[in-house]
Amino acid sequence: MNTRHPGLNLGAHHGAADDAAEVEIFGFWVFMMSDAVLFGLLMATYVSFLGATHGGPGPQTLFDLRSITVQTVLLLTSSLTMGLAQLAMKHEEGTRRIVVWLLVSLGLGGAFLALEMHDFLSMIDKGGVPQASGFLSAYWALVPLHGLHVASAGLWMLAILGQMAWYGVDDGVKTGLLRLGVLWHFLDVVWIGIFTIVFVGGLA
Amino acid sequence: MTPDILLGRLDASALPWHEITEAENRLQLLSGIVGLAAALLAVVAALAVAAILTRRRGWGPLWRDWATSLDHKKIGIMYVVVAFAMLARGVAEAAVMRLQQALGADGGGILTPDHFGQLFSTHGTIMIFFVAMPFLTGLINFVMPMQIGARDVSFPLLNSVSLGLTVAGAALVMISLVIQPFSTGGWSGYPPFTEISFQPGAGPDYWIWAVTLSSLGSTLSGINFTVTIYKERCEGMRLMRMPMFCWTSLCTSILMIFAMPPLTVATGLLALDRYLGFHVFTNDGGGNVMLFANLFWLFGHPEVYILILPAFGVWSEVFSTFSGKGIYGYFTLVLATMCIAVLSFTVWVHHFFTMGQSADLNAVFGIATMTISIPTGVKIYDWMLTMYRGRVRITVPMVYAVGFLFLFVLGGMSGVLLANPSIDFQVHNTLFLVAHFHNMLIPGTLFGMIAGYTLWFPKAFGFRLDDRWGYRAAGLWIVGFILAFFPLYLLGLMGMPRRLVGFFEEGWLPLTLAALAGAGCIVLAVIALGVQLAVSIRRREALAVPVGDPWDGRSLEWALPAPAPEWNFPTDPVVNGRDAFMQLKRQGGHLDRPEGGFGDIRVPRESAIGPIVAVAGTAAGFALTWYIWWLAALSVAVIVGAMIARGFVRDAWRTIPAATVEAHWTAWRALADATPRVRRSDELRPANRGHAVPAAEERST
Ligand SMILES: [Cu+2]
Repeated sequence: MNTRHPGLNLGAHHGAADDAAEVEIFGFWVFMMSDAVLFGLLMATYVSFLGATHGGPGPQTLFDLRSITVQTVLLLTSSLTMGLAQLAMKHEEGTRRIVVWLLVSLGLGGAFLALEMHDFLSMIDKGGVPQASGFLSAYWALVPLHGLHVASAGLWMLAILGQMAWYGVDDGVKTGLLRLGVLWHFLDVVWIGIFTIVFVGGLA
Repeated sequence: MTPDILLGRLDASALPWHEITEAENRLQLLSGIVGLAAALLAVVAALAVAAILTRRRGWGPLWRDWATSLDHKKIGIMYVVVAFAMLARGVAEAAVMRLQQALGADGGGILTPDHFGQLFSTHGTIMIFFVAMPFLTGLINFVMPMQIGARDVSFPLLNSVSLGLTVAGAALVMISLVIQPFSTGGWSGYPPFTEISFQPGAGPDYWIWAVTLSSLGSTLSGINFTVTIYKERCEGMRLMRMPMFCWTSLCTSILMIFAMPPLTVATGLLALDRYLGFHVFTNDGGGNVMLFANLFWLFGHPEVYILILPAFGVWSEVFSTFSGKGIYGYFTLVLATMCIAVLSFTVWVHHFFTMGQSADLNAVFGIATMTISIPTGVKIYDWMLTMYRGRVRITVPMVYAVGFLFLFVLGGMSGVLLANPSIDFQVHNTLFLVAHFHNMLIPGTLFGMIAGYTLWFPKAFGFRLDDRWGYRAAGLWIVGFILAFFPLYLLGLMGMPRRLVGFFEEGWLPLTLAALAGAGCIVLAVIALGVQLAVSIRRREALAVPVGDPWDGRSLEWALPAPAPEWNFPTDPVVNGRDAFMQLKRQGGHLDRPEGGFGDIRVPRESAIGPIVAVAGTAAGFALTWYIWWLAALSVAVIVGAMIARGFVRDAWRTIPAATVEAHWTAWRALADATPRVRRSDELRPANRGHAVPAAEERST
């Protein structure tokens, strides 16, 4: 059997779980493609609504590019630490190292969400509520959906940490972490799209 | 009115007799009685099923052997059961609508405009999302893994979850029959009419959640089937050796992956408008209604090919099997399938030619639309040439297939007419359009699905369907279709709009009456299908085909016993070319005793996650529809909790010992050796026990 799969290969071929990983990771990528269509359409919607501020506040008054940049750095760093967690798993550097890197990723993801929430609240303060205009509706349909994905991925990570506490780093945990990694990096890619189109594009 | 904490905005006005108690004239009274009768029928049918299950002690087996099963064959069968149950309602509604339009002269009839609006909305929603989609998903589920020599789909649990989501959507539409009302916005739910300012009631919310649940299920099915076809093919089953049905399944599945998300975005944004006061599709506040049309038809047009391609796959199997010949032009059929799949994403604007975009844009999309007729035409010729110089047997699936060839070409012609924007302007929103898409979807999809059901039924249950009632049903379907829809072409040309509750143009009356007669035939056809099933079950001994190859089949599923065992193949098959089973038969037999002996087989253990998703999904949709926030939160928590808990499950597989597999195989092989082979001329007689004389051999003797 082929031991290569579209995730992080965990060393030499290790039986049925490895064969299953091939299919599971590929399936998860296909799922991500479908999710990418979702985000792509919402981004297109946002672009088509850029002018529809309907007398409400626009990007200039609402967006805080400095905060967005910090969020971007936090999220991208969490991808790096997620990668380090997976490398620790690949090189069997012990459960502790994996857990530490996972918790760092979770912390960075949490910080990203906290900062995003702060931005949302300050937008609401300035009258940037979704009910104000088509433009803001498109914004609020897209950006919080990404945040929701990040929060779900965080919940998933907690579930996997629970599995690790229960079973150690067994096959189930390994394939789970490989798929979570795919989702985590995918959400980065989506964020880069949002950063470019929504924030930089909106302010341009 | 502030919503109640416990029941949300649900109150006495949602009860099915409300329209009667509030009636102010005869029409409203009649309309209310029709609604109450339908609700009663649904409740009585549900209670009857529950009673039968209780009396026959069926709840346990239903739970253990079916609801929690992850076997792709059983999940496929359950999809088809859902499709048939919903078909009964969809056809009944169609008949009531035809009755209304036949009696609707001078504003008469039996339905209020609002009730009529709900009828055409549920009819369209049901036929597309809860008849056609479950039917084709069920057939793919049942057949495709066997055809590629696989043991199951790649993700058996996900498969069960997809079924659960579809069932939840269907349940929601059924509940709306009793706890009313449903949307009056049509199956496409166009805002701003479905916005809160025009329909503040629960109707559009039912539509939103039913469609969203089922489209999530379809997305997941598409992913599952695609991965299965890429990853689970047996040794030697190259892509270009797959049966045509697998090819069309693959293209349909890829379409599902990319075409369902636009629908989810459309319904999701509409929900944000309705629930949180967003301005995405509203008239005011900077909303943009055209965005919905674009999103919806970015899904809706590929959806047409999601519906039609699996039927094309069935036709390929039917023409080749019942002509005793390999399919003609395999390569061109594959190519045509792929072309159709790609082109289906390039034509969506033809659904709103009249909505004010430039003539140039319309021209581009009109030409793109016409282009699709080229690969479709290629397919038609391939099927005809498959029959040419074959030994054609006019079995029930072939009756549907031949009916399809004639009627579908006519429907295609009307489609080419509509693809011309200037003609489209003339017949836009008339019954001509209704005739056109029913012309594509009834002979195309529905006939194909029923033909597939007839073809593969013996593989699922071990006995054939009674063919006399099969011919009757097929005849009634074809005659009924012609009578019901050809008049609509004429009515459309005469200017009769679609979705019309009453009219004052006397000239339309004879044709509406003819269409009513056609609808009556179709109702009889559905009844004939029911009778066929009942008669077949009673005669199952005489119709049994335990050896498993009743039609001299060509692809791998026919190499298995009927019904096929849970594990499909005793060992992984090896394939050397196209028409894999036909090749095996030419070499003198069924699957031989595996050289390496039998091994243990791992199959997925039963799981309650699918049924949990079905119940919690229904509850969530219902709760969101009626603003019962606590129930919505609870249901979502249950689904998330179940998924997290599932992550902790480690023994998800169960082993079938080699001895069991060997005993099963040996018994079947002994039966096959003891069963006389039957020539094709006798395949409809009780002599057919599923052991066919292969076509090549039959011709030489
Ligand atoms: Cu179309």
